[in-house]
Amino acid sequence: MSTVSVRDVTVAFEAVQVFDGLSLDIEEGEFIVLLGPSGCGKSTLLNAIAGLLDVAEGQIWINGKNVTWEEPKDRGIAMVFQSYALYPRMNVRENMSFGLKMAKTPKPEIEKRVAKAAELLQITPLLDRRPDQLSGGQRQRVAIGRALVRDAAVFLFDEPLSNLDAKLRNELRVEIKRLHARLGKTTMVYVTHDQIEAMTLADRIVVMKEQKIQQIGTPDEIYHRPANLFVAGFVGSPQMNFIKGRLENTGEGLSFLAGDRRLSLSGYPFITAPSSGQDVVLGVRPEHLEISSTGIWPGFTVDIVEPMGADTVIWCSDGVGSVQVRTAGSRRATPGESVTLHIDPAQVSLFAAESGERL
Amino acid sequence: MSTAVPQGRRPHRLTAGRIGVYAFLVTAALFFMLPLWIMVVTSLKPMEEIRLGNILALPAAMTFEAWIKAWSSACTGLECNGISVGFWNSVRILIPSVILSIIAGAINGYALSFWRVKGANVMFGVLLLGAFIPYQVFLYPLVRIFSLTGIYNSLTCIVLVHVIFGLPTMTLLFRNYYAGLPIELFKAARIDGGGFWSIFFRVILPMSTPILVVATILQVTGIWNDFIFGLTFAGRENLPMTVQLNNIVNSTQGERAYNVDMAATMLAALVPLVVYFVSGRWFVRGIAAGAVKG
Repeated sequence: MSTVSVRDVTVAFEAVQVFDGLSLDIEEGEFIVLLGPSGCGKSTLLNAIAGLLDVAEGQIWINGKNVTWEEPKDRGIAMVFQSYALYPRMNVRENMSFGLKMAKTPKPEIEKRVAKAAELLQITPLLDRRPDQLSGGQRQRVAIGRALVRDAAVFLFDEPLSNLDAKLRNELRVEIKRLHARLGKTTMVYVTHDQIEAMTLADRIVVMKEQKIQQIGTPDEIYHRPANLFVAGFVGSPQMNFIKGRLENTGEGLSFLAGDRRLSLSGYPFITAPSSGQDVVLGVRPEHLEISSTGIWPGFTVDIVEPMGADTVIWCSDGVGSVQVRTAGSRRATPGESVTLHIDPAQVSLFAAESGERL
Repeated sequence: MSTAVPQGRRPHRLTAGRIGVYAFLVTAALFFMLPLWIMVVTSLKPMEEIRLGNILALPAAMTFEAWIKAWSSACTGLECNGISVGFWNSVRILIPSVILSIIAGAINGYALSFWRVKGANVMFGVLLLGAFIPYQVFLYPLVRIFSLTGIYNSLTCIVLVHVIFGLPTMTLLFRNYYAGLPIELFKAARIDGGGFWSIFFRVILPMSTPILVVATILQVTGIWNDFIFGLTFAGRENLPMTVQLNNIVNSTQGERAYNVDMAATMLAALVPLVVYFVSGRWFVRGIAAGAVKG
């Protein structure tokens, strides 16, 4: 059974319509990440699920109940915001118990739940402090704690880590993942523009662009079999290399042709029937290119070398275009050096040049 | 000629231009202080001394008689009870008017900036438009309405008028302040189950201290200094201090008691003066935030 179901939803902002009948089903206990650039509608979708935004058309179901007309508090959700949104004039304990007080929960029960959540998040010593006496990481922990005490079936996260510095972000990311595992059957919907967060946290990623879902899939599927050029380019850093060319039927099956370079596609799992002569874009991840003397594409020169510690990214150019190659961290190269590249045909992605869709 | 190497704090040189600026500032300050000086010294002089005409001179025989007379026995027309009657009338008008108009403005601003009611912008526009129409236009219609409803010439009437006319400024003030608060706070409170009133009283109002102070200053000075509404709507029993001051100054028979007039004026200005001095910093902020009432 799905816990959250968005059915044909359209949201109207004054005169502008967003989501032309968007649908999405989220399973119980699933960790879903809505990923996309700013303005893609991911936060709008989250607000619609939360009930903070009225939908113009369609339905929203949570836990088998149609909640389209319900108030946010009656939807069985909890939410964590980017700016923490802690009530500044209340201390941590009051912040965490505010929702329960509003729901007229008995006092001992409130205390029990707050103590439990505080312990889980290791914020027990902070309970009597005010938000302005906390660091950013602590504030976000409290905000998560405030969501936790609600005992909700669905957790909504609206870019919760974007205001934190890199180190804290990594720490809290792991903690959210651990929390999800520990809570067991709790569904989490997490909005972010950070692909690392999406890849590491999600059971399934929903990639969005311009109010439309581009692809829904596991992190593996999204990374290795992107559905279109946008997804391929948005996920992955350094970015996927795109090489323009066309398909041609040679004696032993279809090949990719760019100038006088070619790549046999005999093992490529086409999902639509390709036609010879079609204009295509070849997508290769930097780690699937190799600098090798036995390579198939000679005639590249090293342009720029970016050592990143764990690996080294080498930009190679052949005068027409340039590609990034990810190599071992110990690998060094001199700009100007001539190299030959090897491509693993099993790892490439092919996109139709016109529509950008995966072939 | 010293060949100082530039290092550390930059030296401040007193240039001719700077001296000129200071001279101008001091002159300007003295110029604006002058009326206050004349008022203070005149109010402390007996009439014989005032007749000599040295208006800038310090009093030779200082006396507080004029102040006492202004407070308790100056004549406002037929009655001679001083300006103290007006003072207490003003206080009675001021307190409910300030409290009610601020509450109304805060709730209005909260509703307009957080709840995004349909037509909120139109409503706000109309309210602002009201602030730009000269008060005089409203006087006669309001008098008619109030006499029809039977509350004309009463405390209720004048308080109601102050609340109504304070609404645009107060709403604008609070709406702008609330627009600066993160909307996520409001969203969090809604998810936590807060309703219209509980979010207002438990989350928003506790964060409103700065703007409440500003609103209080604006309303206290504005309502205290009001003349025309008090004269028109308060009725004979409730005339505010400003109106009584005018009566004292204008109803003198025979010799004009300058010292009493000066003392009465300063007594009437006391409340706004105290407010300005105590809260100058907040007041400037209030003008910047409100940008309507100066």
